[in-house]
Amino acid sequence: MKASEIQALLDEPACDHNKKEKSGCAKPKPGATAGGCSFDGAQIALLPIADVAHIVHGPIACAGSSWDNRGTRSSGATLYRIGMTTDLSETDVVMGRGEKRLFHAIKQAVDSYSPQAVFVYNTCVTALIGDDVGAVCKAASERVGIPVVPVDAAGFYGTKNLGNRLAGEAMFKHVIGTAEPAPAAPRADGLPTYDVNLIGEYNIAGEFWHVAPLFDELGLRILCTLSGDSRFHEVQTMHRARVNMVVCAKALLNVARKMQDNFGIPFFEGSFYGVQDMSNALRDFARLIGDPDLTARTEAVIAREEAKANALLEPWRERLRGKRVLLYTGGVKSWSIVSALQDLGLKVVATGTNKSTEEDKARIRELMGEETKMITDGSPKALLATYHEYKADILIAGGRNLYTALKARIPFLDINQEREFGYEGYDGMAELARQLALSMESPVWAAVRKPAPWAKQSGPGTVLAA
Amino acid sequence: MAEIIHSKKALAVNPLKVSQTIGASLAFLGLNRSLPLMHGSQGCTAFGKVFFVRHFREPIPLQTTAMDQVSSIMGADENVIEALRTLSDKSKPDIIGLVTTGLSETQGTDIRRCLRDFRTAHPEFDHVAVVPVNTPDYVGCLESGYALAIEALIETLVPESASVGKRPKQVNVLASAMLTPGDIEAIKEWVEAFGLRPIVVPDIGDSLDGHLVEAETSSLTIGGTPRSEIEIMGESTATLVVGPSLRKAANILKARTGVPDFHFDGLMGLDDCDAFTQALAEISGKPVPEKIERHRAQLQDAMVDSHFMLGFARVALAADPDLLGMQVRFLTGMGAEIVSAVSTHKHESLAGLPIAKVIIGDLEDMEKEARAGKAQFIMANSHAAETASRLGLPLMRSGFPQYDYVGGYARTWVGYRGTRQALFDLANLMLGQHHELEAYRSIYWAETRPGEHHVISSSAVGLVH
Repeated sequence: MKASEIQALLDEPACDHNKKEKSGCAKPKPGATAGGCSFDGAQIALLPIADVAHIVHGPIACAGSSWDNRGTRSSGATLYRIGMTTDLSETDVVMGRGEKRLFHAIKQAVDSYSPQAVFVYNTCVTALIGDDVGAVCKAASERVGIPVVPVDAAGFYGTKNLGNRLAGEAMFKHVIGTAEPAPAAPRADGLPTYDVNLIGEYNIAGEFWHVAPLFDELGLRILCTLSGDSRFHEVQTMHRARVNMVVCAKALLNVARKMQDNFGIPFFEGSFYGVQDMSNALRDFARLIGDPDLTARTEAVIAREEAKANALLEPWRERLRGKRVLLYTGGVKSWSIVSALQDLGLKVVATGTNKSTEEDKARIRELMGEETKMITDGSPKALLATYHEYKADILIAGGRNLYTALKARIPFLDINQEREFGYEGYDGMAELARQLALSMESPVWAAVRKPAPWAKQSGPGTVLAA
Repeated sequence: MAEIIHSKKALAVNPLKVSQTIGASLAFLGLNRSLPLMHGSQGCTAFGKVFFVRHFREPIPLQTTAMDQVSSIMGADENVIEALRTLSDKSKPDIIGLVTTGLSETQGTDIRRCLRDFRTAHPEFDHVAVVPVNTPDYVGCLESGYALAIEALIETLVPESASVGKRPKQVNVLASAMLTPGDIEAIKEWVEAFGLRPIVVPDIGDSLDGHLVEAETSSLTIGGTPRSEIEIMGESTATLVVGPSLRKAANILKARTGVPDFHFDGLMGLDDCDAFTQALAEISGKPVPEKIERHRAQLQDAMVDSHFMLGFARVALAADPDLLGMQVRFLTGMGAEIVSAVSTHKHESLAGLPIAKVIIGDLEDMEKEARAGKAQFIMANSHAAETASRLGLPLMRSGFPQYDYVGGYARTWVGYRGTRQALFDLANLMLGQHHELEAYRSIYWAETRPGEHHVISSSAVGLVH
């Protein structure tokens, strides 16, 4: 991939913040960098397509320590959970046998697992030695008779976020628009069916299944989710949707924008976290489809579901009211999850804004008031200092900070993609409340903070000479 | 003698192997106030971090030189120097393990030269030890990368000396990547039972055993072998080398210090444990403590108890060479039959195993052999959980990574007691799938015999009137 092509991807016109100085992403600093690479991002974005053989082309490091470690769930096909890599040897690298090996690997994957398509992920070593992954995929596709799609997102191209975008680009270039959807069968209740897509929804821990029944009820057929619990054929047909929803992330905005430019499909950004955002998402679909009957039915469903959710959440609100939260997640989630927490009566006393744009920050101030602390330093030390200073009761962050909290003996809730529980939709809120209470109310905190009976004078906070 | 067969596939399916880079990093995580620095793209480190965090359930210090598109093409030596400077300045480590990745190796970096340039440019950080290790991921596996790191560590930090036995009670223990924090703890207690003081290198039993400390955060390892101890390894009375992968490291240590060494391929099963105990008795000149005699007798008892379940048991194994070898010898020593043995890397020790063949391959290879050989249980890492469920077999988790199982890192496999517990657990796996004979129905019996209308659920067996 050429540097100019990467630059073009970093320049996303649909991003509001693109006009500001914080365009693109800062160069990573040696010795002071955290977070995944573009290959990681591309896998996050595409691995949930469940009936595809996902082949990592490179030596063992990329696949060896990462395969089958994603939280996404499938309702049927399980091929995506089979780890596949060309596992290049020294001879392959030195003698330039990578391309030949890849060709045979694709054939082997098709022969043994009969996938609907093969995705080939380029990695640092194969990008550096110049394997022509695109040409191999083309030749292999002719040989095996199914689509073989190159995903050129080697790790050193940049961040995880760029990798998401490169993955979206690969889908737009090679897959979307290559097949037509079957028409929806007429509904028994006579209602019309409208086709929609979700972009950037990964069905973590199966959480979208909390939401999916409402789409069926309203007559919104999800042609494709890019990419949670999706199938290759569904991605091919995405160009026929009436509306696209970009879920909770800017990373795949390029796909939505290009579909608007090329196929005239309008899109909106939304989230399924929290009662309010969930209802808004349903409203936005009805608004963009513009059928007054759908709008009326949507309002009825919202009223019913909100009443149900409120009844379910009331006892939890009693328990959680007034508890103080330190939230540390990047970008959009810094505010999208806030409304969910406020719904439950919690107070967000500080939030991370490291990856947030000016618009995100304005949203935060609007939602949480001027006194909310915005944190830019996400180091464990800084997070804990803020936690203590603002007298928080729980830290909500990504898995990377799990042990920051536990080692400091403080309650924690995981909000990122590796988590085990689904929080989306009206039903997901009850699970969120339960998990919050579970950690905050646990008797273990008092137990582990208590000094041993024979060491009464010492306790947590005294730094050991480690 | 085992035949070593390379899987000839172009595509590795459900990989067993983990990179050398990860292995070398693990070795540095067993040193005190230490920090592994991967010279590669930021993803190499991010994946490594997640890998270790999920296995140990601990925060893991790990950094990156963050090679990007420009430095990957134009040269990344500056990244190495900049990363070393930043870490020395901010985190003040005793030891930085500078390990390479496939990316920097393919680029052709010379990390030793980078290190010299760093020393010239930043004499103010001369007190920070930096151990450079070349660990390309297109060669070897986790275990071989770990061994390379131990070799480099000895070459960098153990001075050449001739002071063998200056500290008569001190012994060195070189600990292979197959050993868990629980294993290391058991080994230390074993050595200490003879009045000896072990220096375990590396000591993940001290740094990654999972214990709450009063310090809330640290950007370095907390616990592990201190640098000062590594520097006095030449004054020990003996070196105990656990694991064939560390033979070369042991040779380097011996060449530098002259400390006599004792080699052990593993510490599981009666023979392995006896050899280690005997060596400790010889080194210390002390009789074997009664407590150890008792543990030995307990193991013998467990062996006779469990031989009914484990004799002829058909087992499929997949692990790096040291661990695989230890498990093969332990299980064949109980009369079990190894229907599949898959490893990641051709180490000379594999050829000596008492089985017909070892495949260098992946979990797909093991799955095929396990199915064909009608395996009864599997021992492998967490990735084999899916394999096991497809085969309908129980899985005993061992090796790296174990991300779907709490406390896998803490399990003790070695020693008389560790072996005994392994026997119990494996025997129970076999009992749990014991199949009763299918009842024979005589042609002379009526269609229903008296009492047959009572439906007997399996949990009520034994309570029926």
